[in-house]
Amino acid sequence: MTATGEPILRLRDLRVTFQTPAGPARAVRGVDLDVRAGESVAVVGESGSGKSVSMLATLGLLHNAEVSGSVKWGDTELVGASTDTLRSVRGRRIAMVFQDPMTSLNPVLTIGKQMSLVMKAHQPNLGKKELRTKAVDLLNRLAIPQADRRIDAYPHELSGGMRQRVMIAMAISNDPEVLIADEPTTALDVTVQAQIMELLLKLRNEHNLALVLITHDLGVVAGSADRVAVMYAGRIVERAPVLGLFASPGHPYTSALLDCLPRLDRRHDVVSSIGGTPPNPADLPEGCPFAPRCPKAIDACRSDEPNLVRIGTSDVACSVVAAGAAVGEPV
Amino acid sequence: MKRYLARRMAVMPFLLFGIASIVFLVSRMTPGDPLVTIVGERNLNNPEIVAAAKAQWGLDQSMPQQYASFMKNLVKGNLGTSFSTRQPVMHDLWERLPATLELTIYALLGGVTVGIVLGVLAARHRNKFIDHVSRFFALIGSSLPAFWAGLLLLYVFYARLGWLPGPGRIDPRGLAPNKVTGFYTVDSLLQGDFGLFKDSVMHLILPATVLGWGVVGIVSRLVRASLLDEFSMDYVRVARAMGLRERTVVNTHALRNALLPTITIVAFTFAFLLTGAVLTETVFSWPGVGSYAVNASRTLDYPAIIGVTLLGGTAFLLTNLISDIAYAFADPRIRLS
Ligand SMILES: Nc1ncnc2c1ncn2[C@@H]1O[C@H](COP(=O)(O)OP(=O)(O)O)[C@@H](O)[C@H]1O
Ligand code: SF4
Ligand SMILES: [Mg+2]
Repeated sequence: MTATGEPILRLRDLRVTFQTPAGPARAVRGVDLDVRAGESVAVVGESGSGKSVSMLATLGLLHNAEVSGSVKWGDTELVGASTDTLRSVRGRRIAMVFQDPMTSLNPVLTIGKQMSLVMKAHQPNLGKKELRTKAVDLLNRLAIPQADRRIDAYPHELSGGMRQRVMIAMAISNDPEVLIADEPTTALDVTVQAQIMELLLKLRNEHNLALVLITHDLGVVAGSADRVAVMYAGRIVERAPVLGLFASPGHPYTSALLDCLPRLDRRHDVVSSIGGTPPNPADLPEGCPFAPRCPKAIDACRSDEPNLVRIGTSDVACSVVAAGAAVGEPV
Repeated sequence: MKRYLARRMAVMPFLLFGIASIVFLVSRMTPGDPLVTIVGERNLNNPEIVAAAKAQWGLDQSMPQQYASFMKNLVKGNLGTSFSTRQPVMHDLWERLPATLELTIYALLGGVTVGIVLGVLAARHRNKFIDHVSRFFALIGSSLPAFWAGLLLLYVFYARLGWLPGPGRIDPRGLAPNKVTGFYTVDSLLQGDFGLFKDSVMHLILPATVLGWGVVGIVSRLVRASLLDEFSMDYVRVARAMGLRERTVVNTHALRNALLPTITIVAFTFAFLLTGAVLTETVFSWPGVGSYAVNASRTLDYPAIIGVTLLGGTAFLLTNLISDIAYAFADPRIRLS
């Protein structure tokens, strides 16, 4: 599915810096991203690349961080917005599902109580009975068996998959336009992962949701995203439609991530991993931050950090690839 | 859970026997002579009177014999007779317990309530003015000696300002209410005497403040610390991400979890209150178990000392048990296991 029309969520030059004992940690360094109604955009990258921090900054949920740039929901600017503005957007316009359904729910409140609190935050006129009916409805819609009994259960009485369904039910309970799912399946069993992904896509279609799917696993992306943004060291290094990305990855980092995927045409034990580790955001190298791990790196890479350049249907931030494209080499 | 609690209760009598034995031994090893109390200073040189007194109180028997008869009586619920009041210790304690309980309960309720409110404010406005004020307030409460604080408050509010009454449970010219519960605030209401009710409340304010202030310190620091812990939990971030008001995030989400450790600390607080009550009761001439204990230890009144200690031990074990039950009830992960 390809969505057209105005982006509903628009990130421009989003930057996040944390003050740490080791000096300022530039966790997000100028992220641009558009999301439209009805489409899913995947944000991919190794752990620590700044995916979660960008999304938390989007909702103004970071404390003790300097956030600059612009995040627009429709015409409303969210960076530096008042608490009231942010609260009216959080959960109501842009909702978020987090990685660990184990710790994301309050252990001492029932599922129903927690769902009611979320609905009441934006629909204060709902009475106790209506809240309950709506909550049971939502749980039914998310295929939670015996919803009218589960609603009185405590989180520890549910399985991980069920808890994540509850989280998603909570997230869509105020009919948001954007749903950000931060590694929604990472903490779950493999068998359950597929069910949850399927559920998210179904909801996107039914509600014309804009879905932002954050994952460190390109494998999840293939079946579920329309567009992909690959993040490395706090920046987007490649932005591409999902098919184009898998067919002809532009950035060497994207290629490396793809090489890590288990594939049918390869024996399982030769699955490679990218050597080395991502840089520390408090101590970024000069030039292209991927250079220390990049098989294509040349000397020039270590002095200038490349910007995103349009190559075919993709935007790629790699000076070597850009130079090759300019002289007609296939990317 | 139920089986765990049943086991706890079954162990309690044994623990009490253990405590009783230790207290028995310690009291007999304390230097000093209870005979002074029994026969009076003057008669100490009269061997006949001394021998008769020793025989009467069983002090002529050997230690093991004394211990055996002490234990035998204890099983029957008999704590012996006080050397100084010449009344059964059980009777004395029963007489004085309500005064202490009334004072302690008001101090505990007030202290815990104020402590929670201060703790929440301090956590929500961490490192701001109100946090420092609450820390200072807590520090005073836990470092001012009860004796000194009591005298100071009496001096200011009773002697200088005259806003509050002096020592005692009620106006010394008045009559105590008929004993139903032994709590003057309750019994006065039961007989419809609002003047007496007001009088007993006014008399409670200062001693309950002195006693409860330390509780405020303990509870507010603990609530602040555990709330800050909860603030870093995922579910708090989720609640904020869903657009909940900060007030709801704190009071409905985080506080429930933060209060769990507070329940346990109340048992400790209780021990703190019992020791505090001894001093507070002395300053305020409060006719409770605390002043009885002071008197008993000054006169080496063995049966009374042992009785008071056993009462304290029982109270401590019971509060521990109650706090465990309350904890289990408040935490669904334990309640439903
Ligand atoms: N509160 C914080 N203080 C300092 N550094 C942080 C903080 N939160 C995240 N970071 C750092 O920011 C970087 C990006 O983190 P994150 O966005 O969580 O990565 P991921 O892509 O795995 O979601 C990491 O290096 C992380 O250590
Ligand atoms: S700019 Fe250089 S180091 Fe960076 S990805 Fe491209 S080739 Fe590799
Ligand atoms: Mg993350």
